[in-house]
Amino acid sequence: MAFDKMELRDTEVWDGNLAAAHALRQCQVDVVSAYPITPSTPIVEGYAKFKSDNYVEGEFIMVESEHAAMSGCIGAAAAGGRVATATSSQGLALMAETLYQASGMRLPIILNIVNRALAAPLNVNGDHSDMYLVRDSGWIQFDAFSPQEAYDLNFIAFKVAEDHEVRTPAVINQDGFMTSHTAQGVKTMDDDTAFNFVGEFKPMNDMLDFEHPVTHGVQTEEDWHFEHKARQHNDMMTIVPQKIDAVFEEFAKLTGRKYNQIEKYDMDDADVAVVCMGTSVETAREVAKEMREKGIKAGVVGIRVFRPFPFMAIAEALKDVKAVAALDRSAPGGTAGALFNEIAGSLFNSDSKIVLSGYIYGLGGRDLTKRHLVDLYTELQANADAGKVLTQQQQFIGVRGPKLAYL
Amino acid sequence: MANTGWDEFEIGAMLRTFEGEISDIATTLQEDRKYTQNSSFSASVADWRIEKPVFNKDYCIDCQFCWIYCPDISIISRDKKMIGIDMDHCKGCGICVEVCPTNPKSLLMFPEVADEEREIENWPAKEKKEK
Repeated sequence: MAFDKMELRDTEVWDGNLAAAHALRQCQVDVVSAYPITPSTPIVEGYAKFKSDNYVEGEFIMVESEHAAMSGCIGAAAAGGRVATATSSQGLALMAETLYQASGMRLPIILNIVNRALAAPLNVNGDHSDMYLVRDSGWIQFDAFSPQEAYDLNFIAFKVAEDHEVRTPAVINQDGFMTSHTAQGVKTMDDDTAFNFVGEFKPMNDMLDFEHPVTHGVQTEEDWHFEHKARQHNDMMTIVPQKIDAVFEEFAKLTGRKYNQIEKYDMDDADVAVVCMGTSVETAREVAKEMREKGIKAGVVGIRVFRPFPFMAIAEALKDVKAVAALDRSAPGGTAGALFNEIAGSLFNSDSKIVLSGYIYGLGGRDLTKRHLVDLYTELQANADAGKVLTQQQQFIGVRGPKLAYL
Repeated sequence: MANTGWDEFEIGAMLRTFEGEISDIATTLQEDRKYTQNSSFSASVADWRIEKPVFNKDYCIDCQFCWIYCPDISIISRDKKMIGIDMDHCKGCGICVEVCPTNPKSLLMFPEVADEEREIENWPAKEKKEK
């Protein structure tokens, strides 16, 4: 059955959800198994619409829960198809069990997570609680800071995940509403160019290869489980980062848009820097420029690849910086923020004399304003001048009531 | 397999049933198939059985009911003749005995330790129909 191609303008005005839906269409995803949840619904809805309008040749499976959605993806991927879905927040929490199945079975599924707070209290707006919930699930995790990146990273994710050396599922995160529902100019690829970049899906150990029957989803106990998990981690640490770099390079050649595992802005001579994810990266970039006009050498590091964590690249990027802030958009539940801990880990055995402080911000969609970041950079400059953290190591930004500071 | 390292497995804990490529497997008898070590056909998976079926061919009419109903494909039948039980895969569920239509039954359950020849010698007699 043939499908129709869609004429796109060079620049379309799309929000992050529509951008991701078009990417799934252009990749000609074979199976989308999905359950709707705000704010990610328009991604799978978009794919379903393209399919019913004959713009994609595939199957849309409507299921009864997110657990079933990912289970459907796992079955379809094991059978040998190009597979994707999308979810958010509570849906991702319900899906969590099956995420570990998918990564352990080395099935290259693509999951768009439109980041949203986790209840209670119930909240549909953006923060990174759901991203953090599944950060150690063995999935590759990309982070898009804008609709353009949500579009681009889908193609990159398919190409990385489906590589036969990699065969590891991948998440593309984007901020709920701030990215998913904010329409911006998105530079497009035409359908042929886009599809040729990811290429035809090449099955591996698929269950529909009747000449080579295989068993997927096996049980191993204390005798073999550890070896399989070791292999999974080894490949994430050694093969995946190289493949990501190679695909970033290839994508840059095709489109001129170059991605990096960490995105550095004004970092060449920075004294103070903010490390963050999502749309906050763009706000911080703008403020960093303004701080430079005031004589503060400010920079920004955006985490493009959250897993495998760019441990060495972070240490390298921050080696000459005097004071850095880790911004975590998730309630840390009784410890330092996750990004704070990751960065502290990457700096600890280095020669760097950098001082690190952590900030919790933006929970449940609370805005991170330029005013907040001006104060933050000013605080960092004071830390840099003093050569130590003058505040407590963990502070909260933008919460009402008495100031919160710990550690 | 005991010394296989983490780098020697195929990824995804995926297991192959057969060595190499197969064709026409449905018409190939189990004893002629090249099962891998990983296939559960190659291993005994019957170690939790506490009662076993004993087959008495004197009464069997080769109806194949037991072959059809066995949930573990453990009834061995060749050319539509019942020839025995695969004791490496039989779990001792007793369904074959339940469905056996002969009088007396051609399959009966006995404790795992029972001596087969002696049980066949002492096989129950035909039950009289109540009028």
